[in-house]
Amino acid sequence: MSSETTPAREPVLDITDLTVDFHTDNGVIPAVKGISLTLYPGEVLALVGESGSGKSVTSMAVLRLLPGTAKVGGTIRFAGKDLATLSEAKMNGVRGKDIAMVFQEPMTALNPTMRIGDQITEVLLNHDICPKDRAWERAVELLGRVGIPEPERRAKGYPHELSGGQRQRVVIAIALACNPRIIIADEPTTALDVTVQAEILDLIRGLAAESNTAFLLVTHNMGVVADVADRVAVMFRGNLVEEGPAERVLLAPEADYSRRLLDAVPKLPEAAWSEIAGIEEGVPGQVLQLDGALSITESAPIDGAVSVSDAEFARAHGTDSALELIDATVQYTRKGSTFTALDAVSLTIARGEIVGLVGESGSGKSTLGRAALGLAPLAGGTVNIFGQPVRDRALLNRRERQARARVGVIFQDPGSSLDPRMTIADCIAEPLVVHGWQGKRASSALRRKRVAELLDAVELPRDFADRYPHELSGGQRQRVGLARSIALEPGLIIADEPTSALDVSVQASVLAVLRELQERYGFACLFISHDLAVVHDIAHRVAVMYRGGIVEEGLSSDVLVRPQHEYSKRLLASAPSPDPVEQARRRAARAVLAESVA
Amino acid sequence: MSDVTATPAAASAPQPRTAKPGRRALARFTSNRLAVFGLIVLVFFLLFCFLGPLFYQTDQVHTNLAEASLRPGERGHLLGTDDVGYDVLGRLMIAGQTSIIIGLAAGVLATLIGSFWGAIAGYVGGWVDSVMMRIVDAGIAIPATFLLLIISTIARPSVPLMIVVIGLVSWLVPARLVRAESISLKSREYVLAIRAMGGTHSRAITRHIIPNSVGTIIVNATFQVADAILLVAYISFLGMGVQKPATDWGAMLTSGISYTYAGAWWLILPAGFCIVLIVVAFNCIGDGLRDYFDVKGRLK
Repeated sequence: MSSETTPAREPVLDITDLTVDFHTDNGVIPAVKGISLTLYPGEVLALVGESGSGKSVTSMAVLRLLPGTAKVGGTIRFAGKDLATLSEAKMNGVRGKDIAMVFQEPMTALNPTMRIGDQITEVLLNHDICPKDRAWERAVELLGRVGIPEPERRAKGYPHELSGGQRQRVVIAIALACNPRIIIADEPTTALDVTVQAEILDLIRGLAAESNTAFLLVTHNMGVVADVADRVAVMFRGNLVEEGPAERVLLAPEADYSRRLLDAVPKLPEAAWSEIAGIEEGVPGQVLQLDGALSITESAPIDGAVSVSDAEFARAHGTDSALELIDATVQYTRKGSTFTALDAVSLTIARGEIVGLVGESGSGKSTLGRAALGLAPLAGGTVNIFGQPVRDRALLNRRERQARARVGVIFQDPGSSLDPRMTIADCIAEPLVVHGWQGKRASSALRRKRVAELLDAVELPRDFADRYPHELSGGQRQRVGLARSIALEPGLIIADEPTSALDVSVQASVLAVLRELQERYGFACLFISHDLAVVHDIAHRVAVMYRGGIVEEGLSSDVLVRPQHEYSKRLLASAPSPDPVEQARRRAARAVLAESVA
Repeated sequence: MSDVTATPAAASAPQPRTAKPGRRALARFTSNRLAVFGLIVLVFFLLFCFLGPLFYQTDQVHTNLAEASLRPGERGHLLGTDDVGYDVLGRLMIAGQTSIIIGLAAGVLATLIGSFWGAIAGYVGGWVDSVMMRIVDAGIAIPATFLLLIISTIARPSVPLMIVVIGLVSWLVPARLVRAESISLKSREYVLAIRAMGGTHSRAITRHIIPNSVGTIIVNATFQVADAILLVAYISFLGMGVQKPATDWGAMLTSGISYTYAGAWWLILPAGFCIVLIVVAFNCIGDGLRDYFDVKGRLK
């Protein structure tokens, strides 16, 4: 790639032996331990690593935006100038003008009370880029350049009128305003849905190619790297472990850590792109609600056949399902207007089967999970757990309460899923206290024994029992959540994005534990996730949700290879893959699909 | 795969066991000078009022007109005597007992009622919340002193009665505060998990919502106690408090006020000083506790 030609050019950013130490009450904590990086004009350099690797700290050090407790060593040269020697006033002239920043959260990066056009002209006037009377014109031009439709009208609008993806485009427009030499983008697409992420990445790639602006892209997502990066720098605990052309690093990583990191990223199998992208449009009577059984008859399933026969059996007998939603509808009413979060959805999960539920934010997948837990008010239809109807009621009768003992739940946020004022043992034992264990009241001795068993089951040391949640890492807390969910040996587990807040390697280990427990206890599981690869990894069947309904349902090995519905195809084509070759294929497919929509 | 699982676990697992949370908590509290001052003053008053009478024995039941209106220091009365011959220093101790007992008990009662009321209103939500909070609004609209004065004219004021009455008029503020906490806590995933597993609502409230609001509750409780002590003084000053021979600091002020112009400063200054000092002490403790519970302030 471009790396062959880079040495000849003058680097725009040259970082040598950068060290960052944080001086805290608990002593000195090194965050970056002497890394050297160069960034050339017009290239996209991805700085990847897991949380705590020092990648964000590095990018903030370039802009000198670290808090006062940070001590920075080494040199950072921007176009030959040493940034450390500049006065604060001079540095302010560099920030935004020569080096611009794009943050993760487009919701908070824009001022909600200012017109969008004014937010762009503000930057232009701040740095005296153009005269006052030309500024507005330039702002509109910038909005057009980042792909905002009707830029004249949008410039007069406010941020809340835009979607998340459009807001991030505006943030990029602001970053571009002064024609900076470098744009530092810190996880610019992490808060966005995959289809939107794909569009923003297209924009970044286009801008880097046409404007000679260098991008320093900080990300944890290998798929994003494969999509846009020319070069990759992999960081691990403050060290740079590997650096090189993206394709080389992704396909043949040299460092041990990069290899492990890449191995931990769940991958989708190669999809049948020729079929998907080349498929004729408007097949009459496109099956919107593909039944699991239906797709089985059409293609020969290899794995998961057992569970499918379970599913068929369940359907035939009606009651032998772990979870059954029949025309379930959930509506939220606020100030007179009604929003239908779940629109007459039917889904059956057989005993012992893992069903993945994928979709983007707002598709209703979390609402479906809540409905299954009896935490969402049903406006219509029924939800049955092992044949017993579940409803969101203020007071539960004995039977309803007992039915809930057969469901376990794991939530997304390891920070808030455990009560911070309870010990790990109390957290895990709570279901035992509520329901008893094996028909008996759970005495403290019994609880202690069971907690020890459960900690063993999720591969945590037994002495964690006396600790508090804040003493544990995210992955450990999620294992505790897992232990709590299986405490009563439930027949069904609802997992709502259980790994999306975790680093990939931690995610891999949590998924491994979940899979192992599922094999041992044979519970059914509704696995809700936005990550298609994770779902493919763990689920027998998958259901795709879009705007409150299930648009496609079938075997994972089917739906995630040969999606039938237009939306599933788009979703699959947008899912970033760490394999640059596959990623290029997806990008091509995405372009074809976008064309066919237009 | 096993490699992958091993490394991150090793990366995050060996966090040293954080040593003695109790000691660290104490260190954080004592880093606030004013809070330490408040605590010292409070301990002093507790010793003064409850142990003091054992060492400085005076008759606080029978009047002794032979020793009335003595100046401080005369005939062994360190702070003099009042118009009916009670020793002022001894009386300060006895009065302080009443003030502190009523203040603490009423503050605790108000906090208990308010916490449960607010936690339930916020947790249940909907029309139940509306009704419960309109009751709070209505209560706040009625001046507490007005209610107290009416009740003291109807019933003969005694310590238990004053505790109950003050408790019943001052739970409204903690109710509002805890409701706000409860609303944000009820959507936390650990509370949702309890509901999903079929746990009772009382469990969700008593085991999760109230323990996690404990910072707000305790900080507010210290202010409640200070307010209650002031309220007792106020009511007694108006002559509607505990009746003689029992007394409290507010009642001491009342009986002393008519002799001020005669120069009997020792009848009002010590009592007034005690009231101000203990209220300030409780407020300082409250401020210290607020810093202590404020998570945002923790990482300096």
